Amino acid sequence: MGTAEQTVEVVDLTETTIRELNQRLHDATDGGPQNWRITHPNGLHAIGAGINAPLEIDIDGHVGYYCAGMNKEANVRIHGSAGVGLAENIMSGTVIVDGDTSQSAGATGRGGLVVVRGNAAARCGISMKGVNIVVEGNVGHLSGFMAQKGALVVCGDAGEALGDSIYETHIYVRGSVTELGADCIEKDLKEFHTAELSGLLAEAGVDANPSDFKRYGSARKLYNFSIDNADAY
Amino acid sequence: MTNEPTPGAGMRESALFDRNVIHEIQRKAREGIYDIRGFGAKRKVPHFDDLLLLGASVSRYPLEGYRERCNTAVTLGNRYAKNPIELEIPITIAGMSFGALSAQAKEALGRGATAVGTSTTTGDGGMTEEERGHSEKLVYQLLPSRYGMNPDDLRRADAIEVVIGQGAKPGGGGMLLGQKISDRVAEMRDLPKGIDQRSSCRHPDWTGPDDLEIKIGELREITDWRIPIYVKIAASRPYFDVALAVKSGADVVVLDGMEGGTAATQDVFIEHVGIPILSAIPEAVDSLKDLGMHRKVQLVVSGGIRTGADVAKALALGADAVSIGVAAMIALGDNAPEHQQEYEKLGSGAGYYDDWHEGRDPAGISTQDEELGKRFNAELGGRRLANYLRAMVLETQTLARACGKSDVRNLEPEDLVALTIEAAAMARVPLAGTKWIPGLNGNTE
Repeated sequence: MGTAEQTVEVVDLTETTIRELNQRLHDATDGGPQNWRITHPNGLHAIGAGINAPLEIDIDGHVGYYCAGMNKEANVRIHGSAGVGLAENIMSGTVIVDGDTSQSAGATGRGGLVVVRGNAAARCGISMKGVNIVVEGNVGHLSGFMAQKGALVVCGDAGEALGDSIYETHIYVRGSVTELGADCIEKDLKEFHTAELSGLLAEAGVDANPSDFKRYGSARKLYNFSIDNADAY
Repeated sequence: MTNEPTPGAGMRESALFDRNVIHEIQRKAREGIYDIRGFGAKRKVPHFDDLLLLGASVSRYPLEGYRERCNTAVTLGNRYAKNPIELEIPITIAGMSFGALSAQAKEALGRGATAVGTSTTTGDGGMTEEERGHSEKLVYQLLPSRYGMNPDDLRRADAIEVVIGQGAKPGGGGMLLGQKISDRVAEMRDLPKGIDQRSSCRHPDWTGPDDLEIKIGELREITDWRIPIYVKIAASRPYFDVALAVKSGADVVVLDGMEGGTAATQDVFIEHVGIPILSAIPEAVDSLKDLGMHRKVQLVVSGGIRTGADVAKALALGADAVSIGVAAMIALGDNAPEHQQEYEKLGSGAGYYDDWHEGRDPAGISTQDEELGKRFNAELGGRRLANYLRAMVLETQTLARACGKSDVRNLEPEDLVALTIEAAAMARVPLAGTKWIPGLNGNTE
């Protein structure tokens, strides 16, 4: 225990600038520090943006915009809430938030896993391209807008226009859906989807029964423009 | 009897309902959809042709052509970036996507630009190995769709361009129709093959200038503040948009006029939204000057740039460089007469072809069809583009020397007059032979 604690690199953001922190994280290689604890984030932006190594990072407090943006390989745990664009365009690794997130969490993410223990605001998973997102609470309006790939799991309720103009992302919601967006419909929860959902809940450490969820996806009616669908736009 | 109308005496064509208008009404009535096409605005708007340069005379002396140096190099992005872009010529290649263009065409753009020491730009489809490998200086666009966006490509780019608008469609997103979605394009964009790929008009993770500033900060962090960050805006409210781009931390502002090209946009958008680049440059320059940032944040302008004369006039109005798209495609071989018969089969003709969105380009440029793509020789296309760029630079230098300038960027509004009242008002230079600048000189603003 004592040895493990000695290997943790502690960075206090009241003493270190974001630039210095991110440069050190970018420079971290196999020989450098792998375990990091960042203290006093105080809502600062772009903490841990552009990490490109399998680092283990704990952040003690609330973070601002774009925390862990474009993350590759790192596992980032935020012991607080997160601002806009959490883990935007994440490529791999995991980003876990104990609290809530502002809008556009996991936006355009192409891989990896984002877990929100609290609620996620509007546009959660907007244009997601392969990332998996698990939200234990509720998601705001236009979540999964133009979502292309990956899965969005909502253990609470979903707001208006869920999955508007969705492509091939799988959306699972346990609670209510205020309104489905254009071309988004409820679909059967098949064996494959139950297995996918079970795996994601387990990976996120969420205790929930997959059979309590409903699945939503694309009706695929807007995939190729047809004038007969003009009233859907 | 024939059904073909025969123009002649007594048959007066309506100015409002001319043959093109009638054809389009009939087409809409038949198909029930607006016209989507490529190319740029085809209507006549006040442009650089409406300006003239004042050559040197008694009051100032010219430089000797081919003898006295006239610098064309320009540095872009030295406000914050550790490694600004050093261009040998003030003409860059605008963003055009892999998807809209074939991989061979993207390679040719890289070859041509690199041969003359300038940059090329990715587009709404990610970065391909062909263009990275053949482009010494490559600008990587961050667009609302984020198709193919990844931090590795950000790190191997020479600059990042945050695209907010495009002159052909200020306020509009994009559309790549299903017929151009090959396996490779689909994979790069994380979407199924064969479906229409829409590009949204707003960015997914920021709204407004305060967010943009934070977004630019994130991009700088990811790239360790090494490379410049451009902000590209469509010309609609350039004074305010330029000011907000500067406030947001842009190193370079790219301003695209309504004449700017597109791969696929509604005709009504191309022809009716945005303002001519001629009218946008003075507003943008005013904005930069009011902030004390002219020449500190560089201004790159585009939209209908065709000749060295266009380049010289744009620089004289205060731009630091220009960007070309449609002209570069034509230099590669688009609309070339050798394809006339095939253009006719597509219901068009060499010089008219603008259905770039359909993917059937006989020149092999605006297509993803493998067989059509093979027709295009990237090496030859690159040479043609380099030749064209060199010729434009020579033209620009010729005009600059005639005005007594040892650097093309020393051209200034004082070197210009306008041929029309409209151009004089927009460019804010006097009507030729007068001291009159409509809107200035004590006239109603």
